[in-house]
Amino acid sequence: MSTQTKSRQVKLLQGNEACAEAAIAAGCRFFAGYPISPSSEIAEHLSVRLPQVGGRFIQMEDEIAAMGAILGAAMTGAKVMTATSGPGYSLKQENIGYAVMAEIPCVIVDVMRGGPSTGLPTSPAQSDVMQARWGTHGDHPAVALAPASVREVYDETIRAFNIAERFRIPVTLLVDEIIAHMRERVELPAKGEIALWERPRPTVPPDQYLPFGDTPTGVPPMANFGEGYRYHVTGLYHDPRGLPKDSPEVVDTVMRRLMRKIELGTPDILKHEEVLLDDAALGIVAYGSSARSAKAAIRMARARGIKAGLMRPLTIWPFIEGPVADLAKQVRHIIVPEMNLGQLVLEVERVVRGRCPVHRVNRVSGEPIPPDEILAKIEELA
Amino acid sequence: MFDYEKYLRLEMFPHIWCPGCGDGIVMKSLLRAIDRVGLQKDEICMVSGIGCSSRLTGYVDFNTLHTTHGRPLAFATGVKLAKPSLNVIVITGDGDALAIGGNHFIHAARRNIDLTVLLFNNATYGMTGGQLAPTTPTGKVATTARQGSIDPPFDACKLAIAAGASYVARGTSYHSQQLDRLIEGGIKHKGFALIEILENCNTYYGRPNKISLLELLQWEKDNTVNVKAAERMTPEQLQGKIITGVLHQADRPEYVALYEEHIARVRAKATAAA
Ligand SMILES: Cc1ncc(C[n+]2csc(CCOP(=O)(O)OP(=O)(O)O)c2C)c(N)n1
Ligand code: SF4
Ligand SMILES: [Mg+2]
Repeated sequence: MSTQTKSRQVKLLQGNEACAEAAIAAGCRFFAGYPISPSSEIAEHLSVRLPQVGGRFIQMEDEIAAMGAILGAAMTGAKVMTATSGPGYSLKQENIGYAVMAEIPCVIVDVMRGGPSTGLPTSPAQSDVMQARWGTHGDHPAVALAPASVREVYDETIRAFNIAERFRIPVTLLVDEIIAHMRERVELPAKGEIALWERPRPTVPPDQYLPFGDTPTGVPPMANFGEGYRYHVTGLYHDPRGLPKDSPEVVDTVMRRLMRKIELGTPDILKHEEVLLDDAALGIVAYGSSARSAKAAIRMARARGIKAGLMRPLTIWPFIEGPVADLAKQVRHIIVPEMNLGQLVLEVERVVRGRCPVHRVNRVSGEPIPPDEILAKIEELA
Repeated sequence: MFDYEKYLRLEMFPHIWCPGCGDGIVMKSLLRAIDRVGLQKDEICMVSGIGCSSRLTGYVDFNTLHTTHGRPLAFATGVKLAKPSLNVIVITGDGDALAIGGNHFIHAARRNIDLTVLLFNNATYGMTGGQLAPTTPTGKVATTARQGSIDPPFDACKLAIAAGASYVARGTSYHSQQLDRLIEGGIKHKGFALIEILENCNTYYGRPNKISLLELLQWEKDNTVNVKAAERMTPEQLQGKIITGVLHQADRPEYVALYEEHIARVRAKATAAA
């Protein structure tokens, strides 16, 4: 069911469907996946939609293959995506590291469910926050986004593509099962309202092209395979031409550039929302569906005369260090509700550096955190 | 004299391969085959996994993708499906293709996707120092089977045929002219083409098993029989021999072509409905 309002569409969409539609709107034309709850609707939807727009969908033999296939496709110039949940996200990690090293833009959707192992296949969790940061081996930059509504799944999927393309890095969209399976009425942006960032392209002839050379942004231009710019791509440390080198200077230079390009881009990558924080004496830092409960809790607290406010990161990695450090100077307490036993709270504590106490509200039972539970903590501290 | 240099990244030399290693011999055969088919360098995407043999992609002047251990077929599937105009050639070791990458191997064959796969079978894990491979003959020693392997080895060609590959050939680094033709046939074939190449790792397979480089090459000569010659031989004469040549060729629908037809059908339906 959809109605048109000035070329905007109003639709009743499930989170996973919104993700799939946003991918198409962002220009994704290649998807490879392997079925897993609670992410399968993304693959199912794209198996229908991609051929309609001339794109390609393939169900691979496992998640490792799906990750490899999207990276191969991305080398030909396609915008690419895969979707999975915890167990599959674990399997993808080696090739995600390859994408970091070879600087191949791609989007990985991880619809978080309870783990470890097969865990809770169809119940929500927020337990892959640290996997999104440190899941692959070795030092590396990481980008992960965490939407909290169906409309936000749409917008953040597009943003994931934009960041992946502009910075040539894998971007993880961390959705929790609640938001993935929730249906909401959403007004989708019209085509002209969507800003798209593209990967930098070479402006020099092939004989001068450096596929892994340094640039002011730290992001080298990327040529499509098969268009005259023949070059080598490897997961080994490599020189600006992409050829394997292991001299200490080359290794150090590559690793520092990979980190620097994201440090330089961080102002454009970070995004957060502040709710009722101006006069707050008590701050909550929450993301995904826990932030929805937190929003309800601060309203209930305010009705009782307690000045509580919410800081909600939409970009989880890199972390919103500045805003959280400022928050720590303003409020007497910070509460971090999460559907895990404490993952993003470690980052909050690191940034707060003891300036105020940081408290936790956790659930790992496969149930969402009810607003009452957060309210109880607020009242205890007020 | 064949001009190899026009296909090589000369700044990458000297290569990492040991003297006498089969990998360089096979690389030359591959370049000759590409030349015979007449492909342009820009039209070729060469994808490899991890291993001594997989280092080949660094030395050749094509669109080259040196991926992760066991996964080149997964990457190559993405390249081919996204850009069918590229000729995608996969370089993979016996460990790369048949152990860690075994799942991708059978599924790429099942789809019959248009890839040309060169499987470098040296019966060992060369790069990591001679551990047991899924192709090491039973009884031979490896650094992880010092008292002799009890594992039965895989027959890569039988596996590929059973899984659905539509061109399956076996050659050796010794019979280089035959190998040129087998690779040429694989590149020209539309569908999943496997060329298994028996070759040597004299450093980590030969030495511990007390087999000299010369004996390894002699073995490739003495223990193989061309499929045509084999037709005229008795079962007794064929005992213990390995058959080379084109072992299987079938006319099966190719995956990317099927997908393009699928797109055309879906879009025609949408236009008709509109
Ligand atoms: C995930 C992973 N596991 C293990 C390795 C270590 N490793 C590198 S090459 C190799 C085996 C190579 O053997 P093969 O594929 O037969 O190639 P060859 O060196 O013999 O040509 C192994 C186990 C790795 N690089 N990655
Ligand atoms: S270790 Fe073996 S496979 Fe590797 S280069 Fe040396 S001879 Fe060749
Ligand atoms: Mg080997």
